[in-house]
Amino acid sequence: MRERLPIILFALVMAAIPFIPGMPPFWIVLLDNIGLSALVAMGLVLLTGVGGLTSFGQAAFCGFGAYTTAVLTTAYGLSPWLTLPLSLLVSGGAAVLLGLVTVRLSGHYLPLGTIAWGLGLFYLFSKLEFLGRNDGISAIPPLSIGSFKMIDPGSIYFAIWAAVLLSALLTMNLLDSRTGRAIRALRRGHIAAEAFGVQTPRAKLLVFIYAAVLAGLSGWLYAHFQRAANPTPFGAQAGIEYLFVAVVGGAGYVWGGVLGAAIVVILKEILQSYLPYIFGGQAQLETIVFGILLVGLLQLAPTGVWPWLTARLRLKPARRRPDTTLALAARPRAAATSAVLLQIDHARKQFGGVIAVNNVSFDVQAREIVALIGPNGAGKSTTFNLITGVLTKSGGTISVLGRKIDNAPPQQVTKLGIARTFQHVKLVPDMTVLENVAIGAHLRGHSGALASMFRLDRADEARLLAEAARQIERVGLGDQIDALAGSLSLGQQRIVEIARALCVDPMLLLLDEPAAGLRHMEKQRLATLLRGLRDGGMSVLLVEHDMGFVMDLADRIVVLDFGTKIAEGTPEAIKTNPDVIKAYLGAVA
Amino acid sequence: MLFLVQDGITNGAIYALLGLALVLVFAVTRVILIPQGEFVTYGALTYASLSSGQMPGTARLAVAMGIVAFGLDLFAARKSLHLKLVGRAFAVNIVLPTAILALTAWLAGRHPPIAVCIALSLLIVASIGLFLYRIAFQPLAHTSVLVLLIASVGCHLALQGFGLVFFGAEGQRGPTIADTAFTLGPLRFTGQSIAVYGITVAFIIGLWLFFGLTLYGKALRATAVNRLGARLVGIRTTLSGQIAFLLASVIGAISGILIVPITTLYYDTGFLIGLKGFIAAIIGGLVSYPLTAVAALVVGTVEAFSSFYASNFKEVIVFTLILPVLVLRSLAAPAVEEEKD
Repeated sequence: MRERLPIILFALVMAAIPFIPGMPPFWIVLLDNIGLSALVAMGLVLLTGVGGLTSFGQAAFCGFGAYTTAVLTTAYGLSPWLTLPLSLLVSGGAAVLLGLVTVRLSGHYLPLGTIAWGLGLFYLFSKLEFLGRNDGISAIPPLSIGSFKMIDPGSIYFAIWAAVLLSALLTMNLLDSRTGRAIRALRRGHIAAEAFGVQTPRAKLLVFIYAAVLAGLSGWLYAHFQRAANPTPFGAQAGIEYLFVAVVGGAGYVWGGVLGAAIVVILKEILQSYLPYIFGGQAQLETIVFGILLVGLLQLAPTGVWPWLTARLRLKPARRRPDTTLALAARPRAAATSAVLLQIDHARKQFGGVIAVNNVSFDVQAREIVALIGPNGAGKSTTFNLITGVLTKSGGTISVLGRKIDNAPPQQVTKLGIARTFQHVKLVPDMTVLENVAIGAHLRGHSGALASMFRLDRADEARLLAEAARQIERVGLGDQIDALAGSLSLGQQRIVEIARALCVDPMLLLLDEPAAGLRHMEKQRLATLLRGLRDGGMSVLLVEHDMGFVMDLADRIVVLDFGTKIAEGTPEAIKTNPDVIKAYLGAVA
Repeated sequence: MLFLVQDGITNGAIYALLGLALVLVFAVTRVILIPQGEFVTYGALTYASLSSGQMPGTARLAVAMGIVAFGLDLFAARKSLHLKLVGRAFAVNIVLPTAILALTAWLAGRHPPIAVCIALSLLIVASIGLFLYRIAFQPLAHTSVLVLLIASVGCHLALQGFGLVFFGAEGQRGPTIADTAFTLGPLRFTGQSIAVYGITVAFIIGLWLFFGLTLYGKALRATAVNRLGARLVGIRTTLSGQIAFLLASVIGAISGILIVPITTLYYDTGFLIGLKGFIAAIIGGLVSYPLTAVAALVVGTVEAFSSFYASNFKEVIVFTLILPVLVLRSLAAPAVEEEKD
């Protein structure tokens, strides 16, 4: 309850504002506008700041919400309350269609795509006969409860801000959950999230729809607030402005959206009323100032005002330790039909003319530590990527427990009980160690987005976090559990990756240079941990350059050179193998 | 039918020019240049005002931007100020735009010949382009494409707002470059449309050769791929960015000057024209010049046909054209891991 205290306080203050005697009605109108803008910005926070998908087209979704209720209430006489779900449905449905097309776009194609359909939809709104063309639709009925009609800005104020607070709560609940972690991992690229079973296209589509529904809600409120709808507020300019709001406030923070809306709406009002005095009567001067401010802000404070403010106020989010006594159900296992966990048979990978992995064959047995070594560029990491489905192989077969996996996607591979770490650490730096590790247990939880938003996921969530905390304890990082992953040393980040992989409850652990960046004592502790895991029934396949570490730890060693396997055997045999010595030292030493 | 195709090709040639400039700027600086449309407007309306004997406000904007750029230059070099550096910054940022302003003010009332108007408009817009890079994008050069894109949108807003201040809400037209015209079968070719074709083709070939064959063109491309690497081998990355923006603003202004005799331009028309150039540039994957040019012709033709058969939905059709293209692009591109911060 304590973490909810500031929100309850904020809600009380907002509820009290209209009752302040002598409150100018104009300020209430401003607050209404702030609320409407904050709703859209909140969606953008989730979409852009958290999920990393930039959209310039959110205003169009407001348009879907506004026009849906405008048409249904004026032409068909439906009650505004009936059109609310329909408005949300239409904007969500539009998001599904546009999302299926655009969410797959990578990098800068997505924002360009959103500009394009933002413009296209604006022209559509202003040309369609039944939407009233450029004049739009007027005489939309006000919201009403019984005989009480919310006609003046002071009464719809409550509807708008109730919507803002409710959306903020739901959004924060969503972010603080299994689905939320998957969304927050999106911004750092797909590979890490997919390696732990996150369906990244689905997660992207989800935030896209969520942001659109919030925009639709804002549009629905707008229509009943203005009691009219025309194309202008849903055009490209407005779409750009919403992104501006999110960037100003702090695109990574839910309350940043609200703060940004307040700053921008008030600033716009001030600019509109004072600029003409300074520069004469020309309209649209505020867009000049807006544009310049946006560029200046990106140069001086790219993270926005909210994080700057919270750093000043030293607001530390209270973190609760997960209850580690809760047990998480084990990963469902296939009946073991073979003692060979992993069989690689003539695996081959070609990049154009380069053969990175050339007909490599080896296997990993149960309860065994196998090391894959070789000089730089030998194809070790590529082999890992072939096993885990990050790359598709050009030839050969890879089987797990005797069953062929033919270019199975990473999400499928991890279900089979193969978990990995990465040569270049792939953690989400602004998430805590606990949250990062919990991504590893993604497939062992089952709560969806809706359950998370309404906090119906708490039992499931507590078990996931308990498992993550146990694995962090196991790898010896218990003291850093609440630290941000980005604040740890590189060596520690590698260990966090191991804890995350352990959360899969794997039978085979793939470690890509786990000892790089570790100090001597830490290496010894890592070796002890890996031996313990093997003795507990797990197998480990690791790539490593530290020969002392490998020779000491591995049961068996496979040596690659230029994509080809040149030797395989016990550490003793490998140490004296002339081919291996030649590969490492260049000539017969 | 045929006149629609001809109309489409004339429009398409303009889009091709703009698409080329967008590809050029993106390839060198990773900036997706939304304000390209403002270069078009500025070029066109500066030319139109000059030839009707008015003083264009853009000349003053260039001076103001030059002063800001000079301040930024001084601030960036505050630890190692020496006379040569200050002198050069002063010459480029202060003397140059002031000289242009003086020349403009002197010529404005005297009805100079068309060629002088064109040259002066190009000079003004080119200096704005140069300073725009210095002020808005050079400090952000190390950031992600996304941040650059948002900044680019900010520049578009500011420049479009200035456009309204300088040129007012009414549209303008400019005098034609060449008055000759001839008919070939059912089609009538004006000197203006011939100029459009000629200049477009010249630019396409010129840019293609420049980037493909010259060492300098390759240096510009290297900057785009890896700024640090380019610097390590001795390429001055800020200079590359400035050259790219200079070229882009000149191309934008030329396009504007070419179309303002054909259609009435308003302060915000450039944005839409620029976006259509975008569609072409995106079809070209933001890398290929010839593909961009071909795509621009397609966009122009689609626009001409849809404005004839479904004029109400012309813009809707043109902008939705981009979606299938984007989807094809993203399906064709291999799923590369993008590491962002």
